[in-house]
Amino acid sequence: MSGQLVAAEGLPWPPSVGDFYPPDVAGPWVTKFGIMVWLAVALLIIFFMLAYRKPKLVPGRAQWAAESVYGLVRDNIAREQIGNEGIRFAPYFTVLFSFIVLTNLFAIVPGLQISPNSHIAFPIVLALISYVMYLYVGVRKHGLGKYLKMSLIIPNVPWPMHFLLIPIELMQNFIVRPVTLALRLFANLFAGHLLLLVFTVGGFVMLNSSSLFIQVTSVFSFLMAIVMAFFEVLVAILQAYVFVTLSANYIGTSLADEH
Amino acid sequence: MFIAAEGVEHNPILPIWQEMVIGTISFILLVIVLLKFVMPRMEAMYQARVDAIEGGLKRAEAAQAEANQVLEQYRAQLAEVRTEAARIRDDARADAEGIRQDILAKAREESDRIVAAGKEQLAAERATIVRELRTEVGTIAVDLASKIVGESLADEARRKGTVDRFLSNLESAGAR
Repeated sequence: MSGQLVAAEGLPWPPSVGDFYPPDVAGPWVTKFGIMVWLAVALLIIFFMLAYRKPKLVPGRAQWAAESVYGLVRDNIAREQIGNEGIRFAPYFTVLFSFIVLTNLFAIVPGLQISPNSHIAFPIVLALISYVMYLYVGVRKHGLGKYLKMSLIIPNVPWPMHFLLIPIELMQNFIVRPVTLALRLFANLFAGHLLLLVFTVGGFVMLNSSSLFIQVTSVFSFLMAIVMAFFEVLVAILQAYVFVTLSANYIGTSLADEH
Repeated sequence: MFIAAEGVEHNPILPIWQEMVIGTISFILLVIVLLKFVMPRMEAMYQARVDAIEGGLKRAEAAQAEANQVLEQYRAQLAEVRTEAARIRDDARADAEGIRQDILAKAREESDRIVAAGKEQLAAERATIVRELRTEVGTIAVDLASKIVGESLADEARRKGTVDRFLSNLESAGAR
């Protein structure tokens, strides 16, 4: 059936992984994804610079928006997860959060319509930075030996249990955490884009079908695409929040005095 | 198929290393720029705002406390002034009463003195008159008696005794 439908218009149906890899603009260094990342960086720098060009105690609209993001990350993420000493991480988390939200939102921006984070390279970079950060912070605070001991050995368990627990903790703290951090963001955005493709392209495919019933039913496909676009906004913000919160949480455990 | 036109299908789990380089460079640039130029001011502004709000509250509290204190002070002063006024009125009333009593006492004393002096003078005058009368009446009586009785009573000594006796009788009769 799908083969029949594709034949109608030459639309890329069904959506596949190949849809995530548009042709390079000019070689492997200048791609749509690379350009989008630079665009996000530029937009964020311009926005924050303009919003904070002349900060006032009673903020204007842009300054208020910038401060809302900062306040959210500072009080609801950094302080919540790490405690009062986490406030020094708030500036980095704010940048990270804004960057992820904006790049995620590219998924529904007309003309871009895909998020750079649906290429795993970018989530990997962000997760690696968080990974290095929480290892560094932990080692710097406790020293390498004590940090490893704290990360691997759970106190107050019978000693034979350590044969089981230490490998689990090792996996958990040094492998699973960064991998899931990157995968979660990537998979959400990847799946989101796929969903939008299914309903939008699917709608067109149905519209081009020869059956009147299928053509009428395409309305639901388009409606669903609109609903999913709003859903993507939610996912974009939520995933950014989750990414930053987990990063903060990992740094918090590195800084904690107990296991 | 569509993908076939693009060439080799990429495994989505494997990162494109060029993208990782681009992502690292651009994100680090973003972090450096914002952390250097924006975020310190953001935190400073955040603190300033907290200070402003807390400071404002503190100032308002201080002003309130001061106002209360001043009010309390005024009330105390007012109460003090009222007591003072009442005291002054009482004093004045007491003074007036004292003065009245003084004047009354003085007047009474004066009147007593005057009455006493009058009585004394009266008594003195009466005594003088009595004394004068006694001599005069004596003389007159002797004269009258000598005229009536004649030479028989010329003897000095006898005459004197008779007159005195007579006068004493007169006096005791007058006193009665």
